[in-house]
Amino acid sequence: MEGWVALYIFMLAAFTGIEIIARVPAILHTPLMSGSNFIHGIVLVGAMVILGMASTTIEIAVGFLAVVLAAGNVVGGYVVTDRMLEMFKSSGQKKE
Amino acid sequence: MGTVLDFIVPAAYFIAAVMFIYGLKAMSSPVTARRGIIWSGVAMAVAVLVTFIHPKVEGNYTLMVVAIVLGGGAAWLSARRVAMTDMPQMIALYNGMGGGAAAAIAGVELLKLTSGAVTLDQVTLILAVLGGIIGAIAFSGSLIAFAKLQGWMKKSWRFTGQQALNAGVFIALLMMGGVLTFFEPTPEILALFFLTALVMGVLMTVPIGGADMPVVISLYNALTGLAVGFEGYVLQNPAMMIAGIVVGAAGSLLTQLMAKSMNRSLSNVLFAGFGKADEGSEGMAASGEMKAIDATDASIQLAYAEKVIIVPGYGLAVAQAQHKIWELTELLQARGVKVSFAIHPVAGRMPGHMNVLLAEAGVPYDLIYDLEDINAQFPTTDVALVIGANDVVNPAARKDTSSPIYGMPILDVDKAKNCIVIKRGQGTGFSGIENLLFFEDNTRMLYGDAQKVAQGLIAGIKSLG
Repeated sequence: MEGWVALYIFMLAAFTGIEIIARVPAILHTPLMSGSNFIHGIVLVGAMVILGMASTTIEIAVGFLAVVLAAGNVVGGYVVTDRMLEMFKSSGQKKE
Repeated sequence: MGTVLDFIVPAAYFIAAVMFIYGLKAMSSPVTARRGIIWSGVAMAVAVLVTFIHPKVEGNYTLMVVAIVLGGGAAWLSARRVAMTDMPQMIALYNGMGGGAAAAIAGVELLKLTSGAVTLDQVTLILAVLGGIIGAIAFSGSLIAFAKLQGWMKKSWRFTGQQALNAGVFIALLMMGGVLTFFEPTPEILALFFLTALVMGVLMTVPIGGADMPVVISLYNALTGLAVGFEGYVLQNPAMMIAGIVVGAAGSLLTQLMAKSMNRSLSNVLFAGFGKADEGSEGMAASGEMKAIDATDASIQLAYAEKVIIVPGYGLAVAQAQHKIWELTELLQARGVKVSFAIHPVAGRMPGHMNVLLAEAGVPYDLIYDLEDINAQFPTTDVALVIGANDVVNPAARKDTSSPIYGMPILDVDKAKNCIVIKRGQGTGFSGIENLLFFEDNTRMLYGDAQKVAQGLIAGIKSLG
């Protein structure tokens, strides 16, 4: 990918990120932090590609470590966020 | 076959990127938040599954599955079992793992470079090195933040010359990065480079006190996003670039919002180390004395009030008192008392920490108000019930120009007709600053563990019939 195209992608993504969070009530700060923590778990995809291309022992070892860590990020981030959001209910909804 | 994959894989990544953005957007409103995380989860599953048939992936499939099961399984078990009150450190932990993964990707890519297996152009190389630095700092820094919040590391390490040391390490790190980028890299320099980056993360985090951890965790979250975005460019993976940078930007803004709600700049949080009171926070001497009240009298005051505002703080989380407090609220509501909850943006150990705990207890979110929305209501409130909150209700922030927290927005509980403060002991709070509120004429102190005290209040109100 050409550097300039990447720069445009970075720029647009940055504006998107700012736009999304700018009008968020404080009540959702923690879940949102947790949710964005889950989303950067996409690093798992990169870790898998790196491991899939690794050939020497050390490359495989580091790649393996990358996948383990990234999978932890994905699964942990998802479960924690989901557990948090599960609890948000308005007084209109019945609890339980 | 190759051409089909060349279409399917990028198409799946594209769909995943759209769903991530949509999911994050949905997470920014309480009504749609649950849907948002589910959409994001589906996006992640799609992206991960399609990576198994990624054209660049040539082997190590078994290892891949083993690694996913290992890392994912451990995280699943820990995330399911952890108590709601411990959520902040778990976020720090999982975030650190993401940062570590980004750093490891940079490591493998740079290793291939040292062995001559690949050549990278300058831009790619710079981003790989930057992503490596940032990822490694986020990794070790988050682990220290985790250890601190978990209570494994009580002390904040501060010594003279610390700033100079940190600056020196940082410059050394940049120089090594420069060598890797512009000269012949060797595996030795590479190893030293990553080691230094890890040390940097530790050095940055150890002096920061627990009260500032929310801001720090949010910062590392943003940093991990950046690192992921940069490594996404190295791997030519737009889904990683977009998701990473969106998180990096959103996280940076969130970090700033949080620092601002504590009336501090980010550099102040990172470099001043005010989280602990080593600077001997003098502040105005409190006049008057603290006046205690017992649970029975307090429950009478509450029961015959018209309007009560409850202000929870970290003490509520420590005592796990959220369920008892909701029980108390329901009793008061049954007597016709109007009860609302006021939450300071930095109450607890993360922004929204209290919201999560109250939600866990079943408190509907429309009873819960932000600082700006409720502050005007305190003067017409009969009783403000402060539960284990301290600095966020300290009127010194308004009155005392010499106080370290002067200028920080606070909840004006001192303006309520009566104020009852539930507190474990007479000591100062996390920041070590004397709280003027406790000495006000309309303030009564109710000492004890928040859960036990709430139990006492419930019993008191029930006995009134």
